[in-house]
Amino acid sequence: MTVVVALAIAAALVYAALMGRARRRERGWPTWRAACWAGGVAVAAVAALGPLADHMDFRAHMIGHVLLGMLAPLLLVLAAPVTLALRALPVAAARRVSAVLRSSVVGAATHPGVAAVLAVGGLWVLYRTGLYAASMRHPTLLLLVHVHVFLAGWLFTHSLVGPDPAPHRARLPVRAALLVLALAAHDILAKMLYAHPPAGVDPAAAAVGAQVMYYGGAPVEVALFVLLGVEWRRRQGLTDVRAPLSGRR
Amino acid sequence: MSSTPDGRAQPGRNLGAGLLLGLGVVAFFDETVFHQLLHWHHFYDRSTTDVGLVSDGLFHAFSWFATVAALFLLAQLRRDRALHVRRLVGGLLVGAGAFQLYDGLVQHKLFGLHQIRYDVALLPYDLVWNITAGVLLVVGAVLVLATRTRQAR
Repeated sequence: MTVVVALAIAAALVYAALMGRARRRERGWPTWRAACWAGGVAVAAVAALGPLADHMDFRAHMIGHVLLGMLAPLLLVLAAPVTLALRALPVAAARRVSAVLRSSVVGAATHPGVAAVLAVGGLWVLYRTGLYAASMRHPTLLLLVHVHVFLAGWLFTHSLVGPDPAPHRARLPVRAALLVLALAAHDILAKMLYAHPPAGVDPAAAAVGAQVMYYGGAPVEVALFVLLGVEWRRRQGLTDVRAPLSGRR
Repeated sequence: MSSTPDGRAQPGRNLGAGLLLGLGVVAFFDETVFHQLLHWHHFYDRSTTDVGLVSDGLFHAFSWFATVAALFLLAQLRRDRALHVRRLVGGLLVGAGAFQLYDGLVQHKLFGLHQIRYDVALLPYDLVWNITAGVLLVVGAVLVLATRTRQAR
């Protein structure tokens, strides 16, 4: 699909342009974050194109969803696009971006509870109602499902971790607990798919797809827990008696 | 929070790190050895109840958290020179034994999640599984209690 290729190229070009501006202002920008962005865009594009886009095959469909809803969002969050934009944009524009981020609407949408319902709840709706079968018949519906899986996965990842400014971000224990609950709901759904395949899905393909869903996201899940741990360690460091930093937490 | 370079300064954190590590290690061992290498356990068993799936999902998700959290706690304890190895090992054995017992009695038997092995006489497997769990739990509990009395704060 040419739309996907065009969007991917546009995303890469915009990031490169912002990075160029940030570096010209001598504020610098790490290359590895740019590599994360390129990787995230590439993974999302591959999931939406190529053999993985053959959604008549439930196994390919599920590999595609792990890439689109978990791996690509993690890479894009690590690329810190909002931080880059704030550095590259003129002050007035950066202030507008910052005001949007502080708005209560963004605050509600980026709560990990809300984002988890959108991401994992969306998967329950997809596979436990007639939506999956309907998306097989209607390409537009399938496209909307992909867009939702991708954006909800990105939102959920951002609600948990990442360097981008998140003025409303929930407390660390709340985020860790919601991540455990969201992953549990995800794992329960995976086994349900094995037990009761969605309408029109061959049981053998459903069995493989269910295990891809259960095990496939594990590296991303561990990475999310490690990122939460890194944040916890940094906060511990700030309250360390051996190296006290007064007045900051 | 004050911490002194003393192995017994953070009893709660040593115990917590041990419990989490024990649960994480057993869950990882179960998944790797019994599911993936031996193929004794099944991913899904027709006898599985819905509450069994919920229990399995919660523990599978929590075991990743437990492993990672335990390693961060360990790093913190080492940095603060507050590692109390006997207490930590006690917690580890309690965590491992408790989860193994829960898996063996509640998840395997009550919830019918899956059996230890198929097409064999199950009783010896169940006995070895749950007795091992009980021994881990008792040895761990003894260690935890012993380190508590010694520390007496």
